[in-house]
Amino acid sequence: MGEAAKKQWRIEIDARRCKGCNICASFCPTDTLELKGITMDVKDIDSCIGCQLCDIRCPDFAIQVFPL
Amino acid sequence: MSKKKIFVQGNEACIQGALYAGCRFYAGYPITPSTEVMEQMAANLPKVGGKFIQMEDEIGSIAAIVGAVAAGEKAMTGTSGPGFSLKQEIMGYAAMAEIPMVVVNVMRAGPSTGYPTGPSQADVMQAKWGSHGDSPSVVLVPSSVQELFYETIRAFNLAEKYRTPVVILFDEVIGHMREAITIPEPGEVEVIERAKPDCAPEDYKPYEVKDGKVAPLAAFGTGYRYHITGLYHAEDGFPTADQQYIHDTNMRLVNKIEDNKADICENEELFLEDAETVVFAYGVSAKSAKFAVKELRAAGIKAGLLRPKTIWPFPSDAVEKISKTAKKIIVPEMNLGQIHGEVERYAAGRCEVQGIFRVDTEPIHPKQIMNAVLGVPVEPTVIPDVVDFTARG
Amino acid sequence: MTTEATARTVPYKEKKPFDYDPYLRQGKLPHIWCAGCGHGIVLKSLLRAIDALGWKNDDISMVSGIGCSSRTPGYVDFNTMHTLHGRAFAFATGVKFANPKLNVIVTTGDGDALAIGGNHFIHAARRNMDMTILVYNNYIYGMTSGQGSPTMPEGAVSTTSRFGSIEPPFDTCELAKTAGATFVARGTAFHAQELEKTLYEALKHKGTSVVDILDSCPTYYGRFNKHKNVSEMMKSIEKDGTISVAQAAKLPPEKTEGKIVRGILHRAERLEYCDGYQNLLDRVQNK
Repeated sequence: MGEAAKKQWRIEIDARRCKGCNICASFCPTDTLELKGITMDVKDIDSCIGCQLCDIRCPDFAIQVFPL
Repeated sequence: MSKKKIFVQGNEACIQGALYAGCRFYAGYPITPSTEVMEQMAANLPKVGGKFIQMEDEIGSIAAIVGAVAAGEKAMTGTSGPGFSLKQEIMGYAAMAEIPMVVVNVMRAGPSTGYPTGPSQADVMQAKWGSHGDSPSVVLVPSSVQELFYETIRAFNLAEKYRTPVVILFDEVIGHMREAITIPEPGEVEVIERAKPDCAPEDYKPYEVKDGKVAPLAAFGTGYRYHITGLYHAEDGFPTADQQYIHDTNMRLVNKIEDNKADICENEELFLEDAETVVFAYGVSAKSAKFAVKELRAAGIKAGLLRPKTIWPFPSDAVEKISKTAKKIIVPEMNLGQIHGEVERYAAGRCEVQGIFRVDTEPIHPKQIMNAVLGVPVEPTVIPDVVDFTARG
Repeated sequence: MTTEATARTVPYKEKKPFDYDPYLRQGKLPHIWCAGCGHGIVLKSLLRAIDALGWKNDDISMVSGIGCSSRTPGYVDFNTMHTLHGRAFAFATGVKFANPKLNVIVTTGDGDALAIGGNHFIHAARRNMDMTILVYNNYIYGMTSGQGSPTMPEGAVSTTSRFGSIEPPFDTCELAKTAGATFVARGTAFHAQELEKTLYEALKHKGTSVVDILDSCPTYYGRFNKHKNVSEMMKSIEKDGTISVAQAAKLPPEKTEGKIVRGILHRAERLEYCDGYQNLLDRVQNK
């Protein structure tokens, strides 16, 4: 029943700006992100809670989380 | 209409000129023998609604006026010897960022702390080459208190016209000498106001060059948001690594001054038409030189005077011209031959160039210049009792 | 006196991304800062704070000196000035004094502000001219590849302290407070939301505000001082190495020993310089 109520999120990562520092993934409370190659990627979008902490701590203006 | 006549020392005439030119911001730091420039600004700027601030050091003073210019003011700072050395990095910044402003250096004897209350002319090369890199230099060398007033106005005008820092270089004698000067009525002497951009803010490029002229400098807060940096920057003001552009920009910065010598250089010429010996002198030394030349003429000797009011850019054309007609050029200066070398460069062997170099903090005496013209050996520190007219020829 | 930052509504609480674009110069990103450098986090906190204040870009002037942090003005769509090493405060003094209507922000680093610019820094604090000074404090000179700065802890390794620094560091906040700054605070890049609130208060304060901001230089400081990566560095220096004013007040001294205190550390009311000058003008001109 919780599944239907859960809010969905879309994560945009600008690969031209992302430098792959991994700060977003390290401090993500739900382990949603991971480093893939030299830039960040979404590991598990379903786990995202839209807290925006990845965006707030991204030094490179590279990640944004939108409500669906 | 009644002109105002005041009896003031050079340092005060300088600030009167600055106020006439519309200078409404001064930042300074105390140093002998230029302190009165700052003190007089502190006393006079508030009366006209201007801003005066005593900064924490010499570097802070010149930095503050750059900031004030960016915010739209006409601004000036003043200093002497050691302070001028400290200001050099920001002189280069102002040249690079094309900041119109005026810096006064009342020269005292160096090197180092030297002799604070003694005059000197030994900063002429520093005024040209003091900051690292090849930068443009406009340096005025007034020779009397009244002229200092007018040259300060001209310094502000040249700064605005060419968007560049301008140095007024005079020595302790001119700075502290008191003379009666006339303050012209407002509007009597031309004052160039800062040009404002006439384009839309989104089209504004602060370093765009059109018809050989750099764009006007917009004041911060007027809607023309842009970037100022001391790095090589493109037309939009942002840093660039384009090597051709770097070359072109350095050439443009220097040539915007060098190519306009006819406008920037001003000389006083006396008896040059038939002069066999020409005295090339500036600042306080020119005062003695003028006296000497007149005395010599009265005695029937064909002496002449070439006195630049602008030392940088160097009046090379005038020197070249006299080197073709005169037999000898004498360069009296209170340093060890800084401008003498330049005169030699442009005389290019066409005539003899002789220097009188005096660095004991005593101005060069007219008798020393007269003896040099007459061919009598001159001791730099000895004022001759008599001028030996018989020695000639 | 210690005051907590006032709470306010911010876009991220609405759970949608904050739009930085109105404050950024288009086409200038990616910025020059290294992967993991905290400067970008600090800049974003600053822009959110500016947004919360509702300041117009035209009314803001950002002045910087030389160093990594001093590249900040190049990215923001304000009236910006990238000046000379250590001199930003003096340039900013000229800008503000000439046009007091401008909101002046100085972005500087630990070396820029406290070594070569130390004299300008203390006098800016003393004058209390209305400006906000952000000291991006990462203990090192990054632009010149990792020399020790005046805030570097004793024992820390840099290219100029290979065997550990033997110099005691400056405390930026204590220095600013002693010199007369009327708003002194500290934040970290890790605590980015708290930093935003602190900067909001700093910008709003009339007078000289100094905010010391601990952020990480993984490229040099981190590498030389055996930090595994930037995340570990932020955790050990910024998260575990600091404590908020409120937390510190609740704990006994032995529990806070060795921790750097974050938050608003000092606030005072004193006549702002430009206001003082206006009073002087009124006095002189009405005589």
